[in-house]
Amino acid sequence: MLALNNIEVIYNDVILVLKGMSMQVGEGQIVALLGSNGAGKSTTLKAVSGLLKPEDGAVTDGEILFLGQRIDRLDAADIVRRGVFQVMEGRRVFEHLTVEENLRAGAYTQRDARRQTQDLELVYGYFPRLLERRQQTAGYLSGGEQQMLAIGRAMMAHPRLMMLDEPSLGLAPLLVEEIFRIIRRINQEQKTTILLVEQNARLALAVADYAYIMENGRIVLEGAPAQLQENADVREFYLGLTDVGTRKSYRDVKHYKRRKRWLS
Amino acid sequence: MALFLQLTLTGLTNGMLYALIALGIVLIFKSSDVINFAQGEFLLIGAYAMFWAVGQVGLPWPVGILITLAVAVLAGVLVERLVLRPLIGEPIISVIMVTIGLSSLIRAIISLFFGTASQPFPNFIPRTPVAFGPAVVPADRLWALGLAVALLALFILFFRRTNEGIAMRAVADDQQAALSMGISIQRVFAIAWAIAAVVAAIAGVLVANIVGVSGDVSRIGLRVFPVVILGGLDSIPGAIVGGVIIGLLETYSGGYLKPGLEQVVPFVALILILMVKPYGLFGQTRIERV
Repeated sequence: MLALNNIEVIYNDVILVLKGMSMQVGEGQIVALLGSNGAGKSTTLKAVSGLLKPEDGAVTDGEILFLGQRIDRLDAADIVRRGVFQVMEGRRVFEHLTVEENLRAGAYTQRDARRQTQDLELVYGYFPRLLERRQQTAGYLSGGEQQMLAIGRAMMAHPRLMMLDEPSLGLAPLLVEEIFRIIRRINQEQKTTILLVEQNARLALAVADYAYIMENGRIVLEGAPAQLQENADVREFYLGLTDVGTRKSYRDVKHYKRRKRWLS
Repeated sequence: MALFLQLTLTGLTNGMLYALIALGIVLIFKSSDVINFAQGEFLLIGAYAMFWAVGQVGLPWPVGILITLAVAVLAGVLVERLVLRPLIGEPIISVIMVTIGLSSLIRAIISLFFGTASQPFPNFIPRTPVAFGPAVVPADRLWALGLAVALLALFILFFRRTNEGIAMRAVADDQQAALSMGISIQRVFAIAWAIAAVVAAIAGVLVANIVGVSGDVSRIGLRVFPVVILGGLDSIPGAIVGGVIIGLLETYSGGYLKPGLEQVVPFVALILILMVKPYGLFGQTRIERV
């Protein structure tokens, strides 16, 4: 459904962030994109959704295909209309708008008023808490509620591919689990394909059908979650495990410098 | 009592006109963080478009109004496209300086075509005095009051109810997030400038109808700045309340204290209020969750 072929992204004409980045997202899947800070995960999403331009970034090489058509030259509004919607990192709700106005802003590309009302009900079905707070100013919601609002806002646009950038950021573990459950449900019930960027590798691997691991602007490892969980490097650097169930102590880390095998 | 009523009615009509003009400034500031110093000159465009269509060409006034509105929309969109769009990404202060330059430019172009002398405006709104008990108000002022109220109500509804209005507020809140919803920021800016130009043109026609058409019409644009700062630069209700407060303060201080004082008192009140509420009466303070 979505294919990135060898793309290269440069910021400000000089800073090379992605180089030879390739990945695929199949229809109906949940695909996780993992990686440490600064690996280029968010940049990858922005390259797909066309949000690089305001940050002076550009896709300078390679191509991005969505449903077989190139989208790397389109502007953000066109890409949303084709069914790709990015839920940005840090929730980014419209703070001075009410919950319902936020949702309606998400439906900007959907002009059918009757359908909008149905969609509102659908979103409130997934997130009953938003229904309770529909007339409240979004800026005063809790972090978890804001994340729900951000996802609900994305649903209003009827995306075929929803890209979530760190939905677990700054949320309590229980809330994170709830949000991930809902993401799973949206994927299954609404048939929305999901591309999930996460730092929380354990959670992401638990829901994903397929996962990519990214470092320094390119994919270094990919595979089904079960497969990745067996990989010694993933266990060491992403899951923090050496043997099943045992945690690594800081003492060991100090004395033992292990190098990732996929680098160099 | 008669004097009080008279002053109140005059102050209210002035105030609502201020509010109407302030609405344009607020809109542009809300969506793009730019303070439009050329708002007063948009009044001129409206006043002279009407003057030209009805007074010089002799078209019937409903046609004149349509032409005026069309000219205003065109002017707003043109300014956005030719002057502001190339400046996207430049520091806000340079954009603001450009609007100051723009105000001189518009005034110069208009005096090039129409001269600088004050001319009588074709009165299409009757001026017959209407008595309110002991007070007497010319009908054109009442028209101005009614129109301003209606327009302001219309815009408040527009921002609460329509998709386009919500999109405009969304852009004001977080441009990049709005972009990610598929909202076209350029379109929103163009709409903001067009609406600002239209309300200014209508206000310009109303003002010209009251005082005659000349370059002085644009001066009211400057008197509106205390209004927007008082009400809060990003608040539409603030523009209305600020407009009424300044309008009333002007007439009361001119009528009760000393004529001429009305030029000063609004600014004194402005300073006092800003000392207590630095964002203005209704200005948005930044929401911070703790």
